[in-house]
Amino acid sequence: MQTHQYDVVIVGAGGAGMRAALEASTDARTAVISKLYPTRSHTGAAQGGMAAALANVEEDNWEWHTFDTVKGGDYLVDQDAAEILAKEAIDAVLDLEKMGLPFNRTPEGRIDQRRFGGHTRSHGEAAVRRACYAADRTGHMILQTLYQNCVKQNVEFYNEFYVLDLLTDHDLTTEELPDGAEVNATGVVAYDLASGEIHVFQAKAIIFATGGAGKIFKTTSNAHTLTGDGMALAYRRGLPLEDMEFFQFHPTGLAGLGILLSEAARGEGGILRNADGERFMERYAPTIKDLAPRDIVARSMANEVREGRGAGPNKDYVLLDLTHLEPAHIDAKLPDITEFARTYLGVEPYTEPVPVYPTAHYAMGGVPTNVQGEVLRDSHNVVRGLYAAGEVACVSVHGSNRLGTNSLLDINVFGKRSGRAAAAYAKTVDAHLPLPADPAAAVVAQLEDMRSRPDGERVADLRRTLQETMDANAQVFRTGDSLAEAMATIKDLQKRYRNVSVQDKGKLFNTDLLEAIELGFLIDIAEVTVLAALNRKESRGGHYREDFPKRDDVNYMKHTMAYRRPPAASDVADGHIEGYFDHVENLDGYKVVLGSKTVTQTRYEPMERKY
Amino acid sequence: MTAVIEDKGAAAPSALGVVPSFTVTLKIRRFNPEVSDEPTWEEYQVEAHGTDRILDALHKIKWEQDGSLTFRRSCAHGVCGSDAMRINGRNRLACKTLLKDVNPDKPITVEPIKGLPVVKDLVVDMEPFFASYREIMPFLITSGNEPTRERLQSAADHAKFDDTTKCILCAACTSSCPVFWTDGQYFGPAAIVNAHRFIFDSRDEGGQQRLDILNDKEGVWRCRTTFNCTEACPRGIQVTKAIQEVKQAMIRRAF
Repeated sequence: MQTHQYDVVIVGAGGAGMRAALEASTDARTAVISKLYPTRSHTGAAQGGMAAALANVEEDNWEWHTFDTVKGGDYLVDQDAAEILAKEAIDAVLDLEKMGLPFNRTPEGRIDQRRFGGHTRSHGEAAVRRACYAADRTGHMILQTLYQNCVKQNVEFYNEFYVLDLLTDHDLTTEELPDGAEVNATGVVAYDLASGEIHVFQAKAIIFATGGAGKIFKTTSNAHTLTGDGMALAYRRGLPLEDMEFFQFHPTGLAGLGILLSEAARGEGGILRNADGERFMERYAPTIKDLAPRDIVARSMANEVREGRGAGPNKDYVLLDLTHLEPAHIDAKLPDITEFARTYLGVEPYTEPVPVYPTAHYAMGGVPTNVQGEVLRDSHNVVRGLYAAGEVACVSVHGSNRLGTNSLLDINVFGKRSGRAAAAYAKTVDAHLPLPADPAAAVVAQLEDMRSRPDGERVADLRRTLQETMDANAQVFRTGDSLAEAMATIKDLQKRYRNVSVQDKGKLFNTDLLEAIELGFLIDIAEVTVLAALNRKESRGGHYREDFPKRDDVNYMKHTMAYRRPPAASDVADGHIEGYFDHVENLDGYKVVLGSKTVTQTRYEPMERKY
Repeated sequence: MTAVIEDKGAAAPSALGVVPSFTVTLKIRRFNPEVSDEPTWEEYQVEAHGTDRILDALHKIKWEQDGSLTFRRSCAHGVCGSDAMRINGRNRLACKTLLKDVNPDKPITVEPIKGLPVVKDLVVDMEPFFASYREIMPFLITSGNEPTRERLQSAADHAKFDDTTKCILCAACTSSCPVFWTDGQYFGPAAIVNAHRFIFDSRDEGGQQRLDILNDKEGVWRCRTTFNCTEACPRGIQVTKAIQEVKQAMIRRAF
């Protein structure tokens, strides 16, 4: 075992992690720990753009952007955070340009902008060109640019290191702490994939930037490595997860495969059609049609299929039509996604419409933070020295449905903020806080147990069962019954997980072992996602309950906060949770307590959401 | 969804590329230093569908037959650059190569990319590759005060380096280069591609420094224009052309 000491340790090297690293490393001794090489992170798969009211091509301002974000999130957005996001967007884009990002340009040489779902002028009048972009590889260019600047700044990386535990000075899973009691994060425990060695990182400040958890679903645009590690580690350490029932299904995944085709395709003029060739979005969103927010478009597509108007031999997808666009325009603005259609489905988008269906894409929920990126341990107390940014976090700027191009923005704005805040905080701490005795004991025991189990069930079998039940029961349309079925399967999987075994018993580069560990994260994240969805008996944004099809502001205009607790703990978690949702689920060996947190409203009263 | 369900004999549209399921044999070069110093070849048979890629077949082997089979992968659609490997003797991304496109009637050989130390099975040590990349100063170099707004760049100037910004650092090009195989010190195509990306960026002022670095005996002059790199690039970058443009810039000292 090796031990390291840093001022700031950042977990994850995607957009949020590296943006944080560029800030923190100028001011504090910083290390970035990542389970992938930095340029492999899933930020690189983002395509369409990054929103900012630069007004380079038409009138626009940050207030309109704030409103769109709040409305897009079906009013579950914390409005103070959305305002910060929209205001700081402008500098966030300019920062990236100055770092070298090769944006597409206007004829005057400025950063070009295009339309995207839910982004409008004058509070919903018409679509506005707000998305700054680099062809349809904006995320790739952001990831490359941030990595390039990390090279320039000599940022220290630990690549292919899996963080498997978060160390704190109080055990939140068992201790009941009074309001205001100080809790500190002291370090993380990591596993070096190449050698199989354990490394303990002691830090004054830790930033989680571990990304999403799309692999709880079968049909997903997410990478195989998006297994919710950071969320699950926080959850297991007694920290709450916020708004996990809100998962975004991106409308245009390649049918059957889930590979993402950017909303930019519709921003550039693409049209969704059903089997009859009808532009069906005209019925669902008469004003902005195909550029309605993703939750609405995804539901509309699923509805077309359900009502028998799907295309294809099994009538189970709809069509994304680009055939009326000039091939030269497609090549200049959408080269990658049209190549995906050719490579993976053998479809030529110049002349044929592309089969598409919604694909699990983005977790709106996550580890709760305030606008400085500080992680909350309940509705209002922070964990000192612990920060989170990007998809792992829930600020909440996305509410119940994120607008396209707001996540590349989120990672830059809140990556920067958390990097700065973490470094500033680390400077105020004189000495590292002591680690628990034998800090790696739990991780070592977990790995040894998994490695030495007799032949049991296969990891892949459990994972497939989990993903299939999530697709069948917790996707675009949900009901109390379907979610209960998913929960029953998840409870069973939690039990079966204790008997999974790995075939690779070696020390070196044992991905078999790590896939088993990641499966544990996935089951935990699915558990909290389904419980929160069961508990929210209304429909809002990405969470649509057919048994409760209306939004219910009286009972549910609040964030869900889910806590895992031992069976003996009080049902009100640490004794001061705000008026909670009245739900405690008893599971095998622990229980999940669902609390709540107030939604911050500043300028905008909730209204009915029409587009 | 229809696209991955096998053809049931119905008149499925050709557009979907629906192909009946088939059995394919993969012949994989295995190496585990904990077991033996010598690599071995092992054969696996997998049931595959029409839209399955090499990566799907590797996953089926790992998940259903032999959990110890080791390879890198992440995004699974050709943008993260994790799974470059040698498939039937050619460097490709496993997630971008459809089984039906590599003659599945015969055993498909899968090996690690060449020229980098093999760690385990299909995993190589990427550190020497990234070290070369870092050496060419892959970041924008400017002087003077920053402008308040963005630096201006014409669409024509942007087009000069657009192609080389697509690089995903998968190493398919560098590890297909015969010069790199015999001389591991050679910077290799990927590093030169990334130097090109900045040398030809009108906003950058570090071109001269990068050209000096690449004028080294392990620099661009080692390129023998075999075009292996261009053929190997999964992003369709005109790698050899970019290397030639860097060579020309070096001679003319103009870019």
